Amino acid sequence: MGNDVTMTIDGMTVTVPYGTTIRAAATMAGHPVPTLCWHEHLAPANACRACVVEVEGSRTLVAACSREVEPGMVVRTTSERVQRARRVVAELLASASDASLAPSLEALCRDTGAHPENWGGATWHQPVRDDNGLYVRDYAKCILCYRCVEACGDQAQNTFAISVAGRGFHAHIDAGWDRAMPESDCVFCGNCVAVCPTGALIDRTEWTLRQNGQWDDAAITTTDTVCGYCGVGCGLTLHVLDNRIVKVTSPPDHPVTHGMLCVKGRYAYQYVQQEEAAGED
Amino acid sequence: MILLVGSNAAETHPILFQHIMKGVRRGAQLLVIDPRRTMTAAKAHEHIQLAVGSDIALLNAMAHVIIRDGLIHQAFIDRATDGYEAFKDSVAGWTPERAAAVSGVPVTQIEHVARTYARADRAMIAWTLGITEHHNAVDHVFALINLALLTGHVGRPGTGLNPLRGQNNVQGGGDMGALPDRLPGFQPVGDESARRRFETAWGVTLSARPGLNQSQMFEAMREGTIRGLYVIGENPLVSEANSGHIVEAFNRLDALIVQDVVMTKTAARADVVFPARVSFAESTGTYTNSERRVQLVRAARRGPGESRDDLWILSALARALGYDWPTVSAAEVFDEMRALVPTYRGITYEALEASRGIQWPCPSEGHPGTPVLHTRLWDEVVTPRVSFQPVEWVPPAEPVDSRYPFRLTTGRRLAYFNTGVQSRAYGHPDPEREWLELHPDDAITLAVGEGDMVRVSSRRGQVVVPVRVTTSVPPGTVFLSFHFPDETPTNVLSIDATDPRSGTAEFKAAAVRIERVNERG
Repeated sequence: MGNDVTMTIDGMTVTVPYGTTIRAAATMAGHPVPTLCWHEHLAPANACRACVVEVEGSRTLVAACSREVEPGMVVRTTSERVQRARRVVAELLASASDASLAPSLEALCRDTGAHPENWGGATWHQPVRDDNGLYVRDYAKCILCYRCVEACGDQAQNTFAISVAGRGFHAHIDAGWDRAMPESDCVFCGNCVAVCPTGALIDRTEWTLRQNGQWDDAAITTTDTVCGYCGVGCGLTLHVLDNRIVKVTSPPDHPVTHGMLCVKGRYAYQYVQQEEAAGED
Repeated sequence: MILLVGSNAAETHPILFQHIMKGVRRGAQLLVIDPRRTMTAAKAHEHIQLAVGSDIALLNAMAHVIIRDGLIHQAFIDRATDGYEAFKDSVAGWTPERAAAVSGVPVTQIEHVARTYARADRAMIAWTLGITEHHNAVDHVFALINLALLTGHVGRPGTGLNPLRGQNNVQGGGDMGALPDRLPGFQPVGDESARRRFETAWGVTLSARPGLNQSQMFEAMREGTIRGLYVIGENPLVSEANSGHIVEAFNRLDALIVQDVVMTKTAARADVVFPARVSFAESTGTYTNSERRVQLVRAARRGPGESRDDLWILSALARALGYDWPTVSAAEVFDEMRALVPTYRGITYEALEASRGIQWPCPSEGHPGTPVLHTRLWDEVVTPRVSFQPVEWVPPAEPVDSRYPFRLTTGRRLAYFNTGVQSRAYGHPDPEREWLELHPDDAITLAVGEGDMVRVSSRRGQVVVPVRVTTSVPPGTVFLSFHFPDETPTNVLSIDATDPRSGTAEFKAAAVRIERVNERG
């Protein structure tokens, strides 16, 4: 098969289609690598280095999320060198940020035996930005994975409202001159929120309920249905707590949306329950 | 190559626009024909900014150029179409120079768009209400179809003619026979064998005479031949053109029943309101989207109190009227329907449960559905062939003149939806109010600035609204949405010149006057 590549992952011989990434090949081989910034519908940003693997003949570790397989490539996904690198990645990120809503980062810390407390020093702690009615930015949780930037840009929404500004430790997500979101080009689709892996971007309803201790994952039911607005037919997942919609997402495998929505589909659901809200006043 | 005509997809179909931009990133050309420089037009490789209502002139000139320059798909025309010679004659006079004079689009740009469309390996046309909200809407659509027939850009992946549906189940409603002359599955009421099938299934006699479209119904209400009206999930008193005139029609009714989830302006006038109180989030059934994808709608929460869904209310009403309707589930209704509708026959609730939707036609169970329509046009023998439909440009019904010198065109904005029933009060940071989009040159002429209040008057009514000075509209054209009818009932201005074939009014072109009023917004 001319379009296939045969290579070795952790001693196993694997044959995958040409153009497959090491990450995808490792998943097929049953040896998945951890990821933080990688997202199934976004081009790899190569930002977090959690997915690094050892490739024989390569001086440096390589990012499995973006590096494509080559014939005869020999890859080790769990060597001591790989594990040490991942542990440092986990410790650096977790020592500077609040990982309380970042299950993938918490898992990386756990799986690598990370001790972020050993690092001390500065953190990204800063005030929560609650400047629009629909989502909240808590950049103390941000790990600069670039997912929001990519989703806002040419990977999905094509709005380009946000980017990474600053250098080194001062790098941060910015809508331009530290503007509030309503002053920016943001169209409030919330696709940045949908792809954020750490809760740094969070729907305002969820954030408020969490602040009040009322968010209860175990009590939330989810139902897949179809949006009630335009004729595109986006798949929705309605998250319902105590018979109230508290969050709307879209299934990542939905052929229409790939997990993305517009502002109406994601946020304009209050009319469904407005009469109850009025009754409670 | 993607040609959007009269569609602001970035605001009105944002997730579809993400797919379009994915295509652009892979090398597709995006050309947008629109009188306004919309968010969509700003993303295009080229924006063809034509005068409101000049579409047919432009499209006929594109056909003229394609024929003149030898860019037609001769083999496709020979095999799959009828009436080419007559069509060719009909556009012979539509030189790009003549269309440029009508549309304001430069000759070179008309030629460029025509050649780009014709020469593309695969080109698709998508349109929205900028095409269909004209008094000659159907002619606009024919003009687009003619281009696809000339070039063979139909019936293959990446080509085609795509009306982008504005509401979640416009397609499904039409599929289910919510059209005056159709039974479910677009089967004509005049087709005796189709009618017999439904008569047998339903145990009733059906009329072979087409019913009335919405505009005809309002006319019949004014004439007194319709005395009672049952409105389900619509707000015609604010959504229809020339709404002052619509109110007169409603005043003549003996009985008005409205079934809705909220107390709309139309519901407030009703003799009886059925508080459905069951939105999409509490309903079970299917929606069919613009790409004919039938998807399951599942209830996620309970409606309040003793609220009932539409199916329960309709069945209860039928029983109250003396008919012995059984209590049935949405799935049972669907099963009855698919037995009668060949295009839906193979779609079962089980198959929908196991998938993210199935695109009709799906003629038998296990059939995967049909992503691309009209592939039969590429068969060796095409029966029946498709006819070219020569159409002539005529201007909008209401010309601008010295008394009403501005062209008002209406539409939608990203954050809001139609008459605002669903989209008000969800916390969007945009101002929850209407504004008039006015070109800077016109702002100077009228001596108005950003935020100044102006009175916009047509022959039918007037509204007072703040100004937003913007180059999104060309000089002489102004734009309003109708999302805030309580404060700004835009449709008192719009004209109810209606295409008799589609029943749709010319929301896109009214003549208005603009005057400053001494009030700050």
